[in-house]
Amino acid sequence: METSLKRPVLLASVVIALIALPLVADATGYTALTSLATRVLIYGIAAASLNFVLGYGGMVSFGHAAFFGIGGYVVGILYQHYTLGEPLLGFIPGTNQMLITLPAAIVISGLMAALIGALSLRTGGVQFIMITLAFAQMLFFLFVSLKTYGGDDGLIIRRANELPGLNMRDKQTVYYVCLAVAVLFFFMLWRLVNSRFGNVIVGLRQSERRIAAIGLPAYRYKLMAFVISGMGCGLAGALMANFLRFASPDMLHWTKSGELMVMVILGGVGTLFGPLIGAAVFIVLETLLASWTENWQLGLGLILLFVVLYTQGGVQALGARLFGRRA
Amino acid sequence: MTLFLEQLLNGVQFGVMLFLLAAGLTLIFGIMGVINLAHGSIYMIGAYAGTWVATETGSFWLGIPAALTAAAVAGVAIEFLVVRRLYQRDHLDQVLATFGLILIFNQTVTILFGRQPLFVSMPALLDGSVELLPGLFYPIYRLAIIVVGLLVAVGLYLLINKTRIGMLVRAGSTNREMVRALGVDIRLLYTLVFGLGALLAGLAGFMAGPILAVQVGMGEQILITTFVVVVIGGVGSIRGAFFASLVLGIVDTGLRAYLPGLLRQVMVGSEADALGAGISSMGIYLLMAIVLLIRPKGLFIRNS
Amino acid sequence: MNLRKAFLAASIAALAAFPAAAADPVKIGMITTLSGPAGYLGQDIRDGFKLAMDLEGGKLGGVPVELLVEDDGLKPGQGKQIAERFLGEEGIKLFTGIVFSNVAGATIPDIVDNDAFYVSPNAAPSNMAGKECNQNYFVVSWQNDSLHESAGQNATNLGYKKAFVLAPNYQAGKDAIAGFKRYFKGEIAGEIYTRLDQTDFAAELAQVRAAKPDVVFQFHPGGLGITFLRQYEQAGLMKEIPMVVAEPSMDGVTLAAVGDAALGLNVTSHWNSDFDNAANKTFMEAWNKAYNRPVTYYASQGYDAALAYASALKATGGNLDDADAFRDALRKADFESVRGKFAFGPNQHPVQNWYALKVEKGEDGKPMLKTVGEVFQDHGDAYSAECKM
Repeated sequence: METSLKRPVLLASVVIALIALPLVADATGYTALTSLATRVLIYGIAAASLNFVLGYGGMVSFGHAAFFGIGGYVVGILYQHYTLGEPLLGFIPGTNQMLITLPAAIVISGLMAALIGALSLRTGGVQFIMITLAFAQMLFFLFVSLKTYGGDDGLIIRRANELPGLNMRDKQTVYYVCLAVAVLFFFMLWRLVNSRFGNVIVGLRQSERRIAAIGLPAYRYKLMAFVISGMGCGLAGALMANFLRFASPDMLHWTKSGELMVMVILGGVGTLFGPLIGAAVFIVLETLLASWTENWQLGLGLILLFVVLYTQGGVQALGARLFGRRA
Repeated sequence: MTLFLEQLLNGVQFGVMLFLLAAGLTLIFGIMGVINLAHGSIYMIGAYAGTWVATETGSFWLGIPAALTAAAVAGVAIEFLVVRRLYQRDHLDQVLATFGLILIFNQTVTILFGRQPLFVSMPALLDGSVELLPGLFYPIYRLAIIVVGLLVAVGLYLLINKTRIGMLVRAGSTNREMVRALGVDIRLLYTLVFGLGALLAGLAGFMAGPILAVQVGMGEQILITTFVVVVIGGVGSIRGAFFASLVLGIVDTGLRAYLPGLLRQVMVGSEADALGAGISSMGIYLLMAIVLLIRPKGLFIRNS
Repeated sequence: MNLRKAFLAASIAALAAFPAAAADPVKIGMITTLSGPAGYLGQDIRDGFKLAMDLEGGKLGGVPVELLVEDDGLKPGQGKQIAERFLGEEGIKLFTGIVFSNVAGATIPDIVDNDAFYVSPNAAPSNMAGKECNQNYFVVSWQNDSLHESAGQNATNLGYKKAFVLAPNYQAGKDAIAGFKRYFKGEIAGEIYTRLDQTDFAAELAQVRAAKPDVVFQFHPGGLGITFLRQYEQAGLMKEIPMVVAEPSMDGVTLAAVGDAALGLNVTSHWNSDFDNAANKTFMEAWNKAYNRPVTYYASQGYDAALAYASALKATGGNLDDADAFRDALRKADFESVRGKFAFGPNQHPVQNWYALKVEKGEDGKPMLKTVGEVFQDHGDAYSAECKM
């Protein structure tokens, strides 16, 4: 398991490559690469958040799309009230300032995660998978029924949230904002995973009884991890809403939870950057295959199957074997 | 009163369809510990194969063996080629692999049969309605589904409780390692169970043909509901799956039928309808959440 | 190491496959839904559009064109991503194809903000017909509400006094019921919102039977509609309570799938395969020759979208640099629509006639949609007043 930033040189070069990416994209004419990369970063944050409970903590949540969607809807709903000029619930003013919407999205998805986690964590195993799914589906149907916020058609956010001094209508700016958030996020995740708290979470996966025997309250630790993970997904959802300028119940559907899970598994469960790699592979494959053939699902399915059957531990492990190094 | 009885029958009929799918899923889950997302695809394969043969030959009845064969072959092939390699692996690998299978099956079916939904006519024998009680008309075909479902339930009960295979299955679902240690050919048992589950899913798919649209993605629609049944009933328990299916079918139908009416007593018509529809969509998930909070292992598994 | 080489080769191939910019023909980007249960909608729009190109030998309005089609998988994010690549890398200025309102909502603002054109062959949500209208956004199909307004008017014309209405519990479903009520003069005996993922309607049908209405209006597009109609007939209701629907609940594919069960159904539509005009005859002949499957109104809309672009390409000689000239040409709607009379209203949505159809037995014994009368003349939509262009 990789929990440390072992190769600062590699890491630095990846970050530099990511910073240079929009320039390269423009120079070569592949301008859509920038927004493809934006999507990868956003899904990478969501998948890594899921991985924190799933990979490190061993809690297989099948409902993380709920937090992703809530994050998106916080941005969308605040924006709608901002444009209409009517306060939400009569006293919360709407806003289009990213410095407010992002923290709001994180806090609210964290609160939802606390609620869902508090109930769900009373079960375990398969039942935990299904009960998280159940809560996510309930929220999905709630948003489908919310006519005020577009219901099934979703909520159009005509202009992305504003950041002081930046032109958020520019795609490259949005990319760099997402990149900055992602770097910050992964740094904090790395600190977290290597903290005492992170060790307890990993310990919980290995043996809950042992942790309990040390005298640590397992349930409270798990709940804390679940909330942090939900907050990460909410952050990703808020970025997604800004990037797409759109929030819809799709973001909460169980297939989205499934996709996040696929990204985690594809990249490598319980690794720091695996989910980001998984997100990249999944999204790039989906985009590439779809631009080649309308039967892209067949190709994607075969590749996923290949990865499961012939690699142990996802793309990261495959890469390690291909290039003869430990990833 | 007749309306209530009719809705009850509707609930039972929906429940029975769920049971055919859930029975296989719960066995595969309970005995082999495999999360098989592709179970819905087998349901779709049964529906497509049966419907296609029935349309081509003009005989509804010829569709039945076709659906069963196709589903069983697909099931055994999945087990043999993919799932067998994953028994020792993590649940998550199984999820990824069977998710891949869903994509593969959906696209293959699209390539083979096109994007338009298929259709099979009802056989004359099962067309029309009968008057069960004065004023209570019910479609014969739906009654037939209920009968078939109950027969399958009885058959499974006998198979599980009265035969040697059933004994191994029961043993397998409580203690997999022990069965293997006793020298039973566990591989053959696994393939058999997988094939049986697929057979039932195919049967459900074909029977759904005349009522539903046979289309790509029909499996995923029902897959999640089936998982809900399995978990409420308790993983690995056929008896649990049976009762959970019926309860879920009846609760779901009941909510759809009566909740908007009840809400209309207390609020404006259109709001009541919209809210009612919203809550009834959530109904089965709410039920599952409540059951799991009270009995974390499901209704029919004793908590250790 | 062979595996490594193969991997590298594959990566290079993957990069090379990002198509580089080419010169000659005018490129048209089609973003549509080809996978999943709704795949046939996108397929028909695509094939209808292609048909118009094929009839001109790969040209539209005398200008050589190239059609790029991509599947949005009914995902708004995917649609947006495709649009961005089409805009940025392919330099495409002309777009069409989106089937569903939610994909349209995420994708079209990007297209028109980049000064490209979008001609909708299907979805036309109300916000984009009103406040969010745009000078580069055209609709050749209909505004969503019109579909159901025509069904409401049809029910009124047929003299029904008491209607029972059903639609899925999502925005389009609620709009459908609102649209129906706007023009239905009788009383509503009952209103049910079904679910989008529902497969069994027995519970709802029992309520319909108990309410004893004169007529049932329902909106269930695609596979849902097949399921609903089939179960309606199996419950023996088709003989007891007549039904009015708008075209999404009874297209050519639904009809083929439901079969005789649909006999007697009242449908309203802006187009039907039996329309007696030259453009439609050309279209139908070409369709039947090219594709061995029932024609749907989606195909006709794809075809009309191509004709609309053809008219503007012809007027401008394929010159897209002068966007204002192209827009003015497009706005004239100078083409022979397969539905007959057609014009754009002030919000660039159609002003057109709506017709009453009935499902009857055709000469070959199979059920078919027969045009029996007119419901609306020169019908626009309620939102154009809100549109400030």
